[in-house]
Amino acid sequence: MTIAQDNTGAARRPVRRLRLALGTLAVLVLAVVLVPLIVQLDQQLVDLRTASLPPSPGHPFGTDEVGRDVLLRSVYGLRVSILVGLVAALASVMIGGLVGLAAGAAGGTADRLLMRMVDGFNALPHLLFGIFIVALFAPSAVAVVVSVAVTHWTTAARIVRSEVLSLRGRPFVDAAISGGSGRLRVIRRHFLPNLAPHLLLATVLMIPHAIWHETALSFLGLGLPPHLASLGNMINDGQRSLLAGDWWPSLFPGLFILLPTLAVSALAQHLRDRTNPRWRSEPVL
Amino acid sequence: MTWVRIVTWRLAFTVPLLLAVTFGMFALAKASPFDPVRQYLGERAMITSPEVMAGIRANWGLDKPLLEQYATWLGNLLSGDLGESRSLRLPVAQVIGERLGWTLLVVGCALVVMLVAGPVVGTLAAWRRDSWLDRLVTGAAYTNEAAPVFWVGLLAIWVFSVTLGWLPAGGLTDAASTTVTLPDLLRHMVLPVAVLAFSQSSWLLLFVRESVIGVLREDFVTGARARGLRGRTVLLRHALRSALLPFITIMGARVPELVTGAILVEAVFSWPGVAGTTIKAALSVDFPLLAALTLLATLAVVAGNLLADLAYTVADPRVRVLGVG
Repeated sequence: MTIAQDNTGAARRPVRRLRLALGTLAVLVLAVVLVPLIVQLDQQLVDLRTASLPPSPGHPFGTDEVGRDVLLRSVYGLRVSILVGLVAALASVMIGGLVGLAAGAAGGTADRLLMRMVDGFNALPHLLFGIFIVALFAPSAVAVVVSVAVTHWTTAARIVRSEVLSLRGRPFVDAAISGGSGRLRVIRRHFLPNLAPHLLLATVLMIPHAIWHETALSFLGLGLPPHLASLGNMINDGQRSLLAGDWWPSLFPGLFILLPTLAVSALAQHLRDRTNPRWRSEPVL
Repeated sequence: MTWVRIVTWRLAFTVPLLLAVTFGMFALAKASPFDPVRQYLGERAMITSPEVMAGIRANWGLDKPLLEQYATWLGNLLSGDLGESRSLRLPVAQVIGERLGWTLLVVGCALVVMLVAGPVVGTLAAWRRDSWLDRLVTGAAYTNEAAPVFWVGLLAIWVFSVTLGWLPAGGLTDAASTTVTLPDLLRHMVLPVAVLAFSQSSWLLLFVRESVIGVLREDFVTGARARGLRGRTVLLRHALRSALLPFITIMGARVPELVTGAILVEAVFSWPGVAGTTIKAALSVDFPLLAALTLLATLAVVAGNLLADLAYTVADPRVRVLGVG
């Protein structure tokens, strides 16, 4: 049945979607890396002569209420967001990985206690907890990273723990232990290489979420310093123009959050479809 | 009785959780570089004598050790005293009492809308799988899932308030009015409720869709079809029932997202609820208010999980009768 379906549109669609997602990510990453090398952005610059211009060839995304180019600031904002998102995702996966590894490898009471802790952290509304942390420690990129990492390590912990539990029952682990390998050696030689793909996927999936958190906190005035070009700050600044009918200062930075998030989730879905034979045989999405 | 065991088990977990959360908040506040007394005084901190500041500090009990402060706060909490908001200069209990209703109103209405719309649209998409409707719905849902709710809210304001002029952009009532009248309130509620429901319903819709598609492949559905039942009967009476079961649990687990959504929506639409107040409390480092609101949100999450567990026992005869989950 799958062979017969291979030439239909439904079977080709996932491939097209994958290409689109990869293309979007490539363009955005290139823009974020290259544009700052070519065009410098003066974060403080204000030019009221060019204030609130609608999109035009000179300013493809228009200008905001103090005359700053929305496209250039969006690219710089995405750069900050990706950087903060990447660091926060790495930090949370690292914490989660360590906790999950400890819980899975130790087992027994330690495992139960650690997993209860995970449940506890999951019961916290993430944004609220982030607001709490950022509020008490002056809003800054570091506070944002800490607030995301502290609230989001639980997913990685769950994944790593269940993976370690299933690895522990595998014959090659038994063989290593009966061959005289110590705990650390088993972890380093047998667990970590098998966990690496899961950790990588968890990090990639966490980045859009971390970016979302950064922008939400910035939007609320609790993230990065207000003069800095960041997507959340820009959407927040654009609120005033929006009420006057100027849609572009808020719309475009939002698209810069939307597009990479969509691309990453399409990528993740593709991986899921590829690894799960049940979905592969009957493409659902 | 299964539900007695579930409630007891949840409560046994809740008390240590709340203790840990509240103590964590105090430890964080202690580590904070902000001086709450300076924050409270604002510009007056420059002209206030150190003795007066020390007096305020002693009055708030900030000079005491962390554990003692925590014990005092906990004791006051148990006797119903939540302390005084430092930014609004009102008792915290009064602040929450005045605003909780507005938040519950918006969140409750949004919940009703999403609980009706999500499953209906999701089932339709699953039933007409791979049709243009299905592709439109899933595409929109994935896009919505990736879009930040505050951005969607702003776009809604731009379309419906600024461009079309149909609905007010925010607030509870018109700026000129002094009393809250029902038609005015309803007009102001439409956008916040719609945006919150819309942003929260995409995962629900996708979940129901996948669940229904999965169930439509099960043997008992094929069996029902083989017995000659109509397609609609099979879908509504057989497939949907078993497809909606897991969603009850997931619903409970989504309460944190709902709290997050409420915070952002209230901020965008200047809705005078508790969720939006959290941001004001955070911006002015108003610890007593912030602590009470964080506690409230944690309680909401715990209550959501408990309700989901209980609903599950009612909905799933296997759990209800045999006590297995």
